[in-house]
Amino acid sequence: MSKKKDAAKIIFESEKDVPIMPMSLGSMLFNKTGSWRNIRPEIRTADCIRCGICWKFCPDMSILVEEELPVVDYDFCKGCGICAEECPVKCIEMAEERK
Amino acid sequence: MRKVIMGNHALSYGAMLGRAQVIAAYPITPQTQVVELLSEMCADGTLAAKFIKVESEHSAMAACIGASVAGARTFTATSAQGLALMHEMLHWASGGRHPVVLGNINRAMAPGWSIWSDQNDSLSERDTGWMQFYCSSNQEVLDTTIQAFKVAEALFIPAMVILDAFSLSHTYEVVDVPDLDKVDAFLPPFKPYARVDYRTPRAFNGLTGPENYMELRYKLQKDMERVPEMVEATGREYEKLFGRHLGAVDAYRCEDAETILVTSGTAGYTAHVAVDEMRKDGLKVGNFRMRMFRPFPFDIVRRVLLPAKKVAVVDRNISYGHHGMFAQEVKSALYGIPGAPPVFGFIAGLGGRDITPASFREVVDTAAAQDRPAEEILWIGVKR
Repeated sequence: MSKKKDAAKIIFESEKDVPIMPMSLGSMLFNKTGSWRNIRPEIRTADCIRCGICWKFCPDMSILVEEELPVVDYDFCKGCGICAEECPVKCIEMAEERK
Repeated sequence: MRKVIMGNHALSYGAMLGRAQVIAAYPITPQTQVVELLSEMCADGTLAAKFIKVESEHSAMAACIGASVAGARTFTATSAQGLALMHEMLHWASGGRHPVVLGNINRAMAPGWSIWSDQNDSLSERDTGWMQFYCSSNQEVLDTTIQAFKVAEALFIPAMVILDAFSLSHTYEVVDVPDLDKVDAFLPPFKPYARVDYRTPRAFNGLTGPENYMELRYKLQKDMERVPEMVEATGREYEKLFGRHLGAVDAYRCEDAETILVTSGTAGYTAHVAVDEMRKDGLKVGNFRMRMFRPFPFDIVRRVLLPAKKVAVVDRNISYGHHGMFAQEVKSALYGIPGAPPVFGFIAGLGGRDITPASFREVVDTAAAQDRPAEEILWIGVKR
């Protein structure tokens, strides 16, 4: 969906390059946690009232807004279901993941 | 200024003079006065620090780690069960390289419920990656606390300043409390290696896979190996300013000693007196009081102990099913060196039972009567 997903895992060649503190240096976006998902949110955009609540509540920033409508970023959505729970018009359904 | 203060307050003054910025602690006997005085200092403005009251020692250390990664100099104090509850967070502090300074009052582990001194609480944490300094006087407690900040922050390794329950924590002695501006000259503000900062957003202590984890541990060990040198250098610098020398060890009358006692904490101070008495009686004994247990000062231990005929380690602790822990480590330092003296491992003073000059006389007499230790553990003062 965006170029940020090109982020690569950092593997140090030598201990000399490793910072003494364990800390993030690059991005963790290479780690596509969407593969952990068992159920997936599916949005009926026809019923969406564009309130932005799903976008706001998603703990993993996996609801993107494109042309004022929510879109699930399945690369990172873990299927927690908070968006479906919070949606005031219940236009998000959690469906069995298709593997 | 010279003051008559208890050991616990010597810790408080050390943290105050070190300008700790965040103090998070939970009270526990015999540590309570340490944080009582610090909370008063924070309340009346003597110390410009944030005092965080927490619901447990685990949380106290967690708060210190959070404050440290935000760039603050942090201090806490605890004892026995409290230190044990902190155990998980001790690994987080050292693994994350947060130079927290912790005062631990040596108290025996329950059950039987005890508030009296032995070293099993702190020595159970020897593998957590913390430096450990054992003190034998209130002056030493204060001076060690100030120096601990300096060494910890230079190498990003947390440090424990350790003193015995009651025989030091609640004992009043004359202590020279240095002027704050002189301590400022010795101990500059904490410069974090990396910190929480919105301009360079980072996550700390996150998931680290097998591809990078081992190097982190290698680097912690390599920096641990730099500690003995750093402790000696810091001690010399402190001596120039304050006239008191503290190194990794205090070797007393060891040069020509045939039997060298290895001691720590207040028992080490008693041994000092006992050595003088025994010398008067013509016994060639010395006292090797270990101030630093982690990292273990291998070089100094070998240099001082190798010329002796016998080494008698007096442990106020036990690793069940093995030995006293100082004895284990002294043995490991001398292992395989041709002509190394036999190491006699004594255990005394568990749960606050007194270790007196007579105890050390018994230790020296026992070692004198045996060519090699008759038993793995030689007990002092057990009623049997």
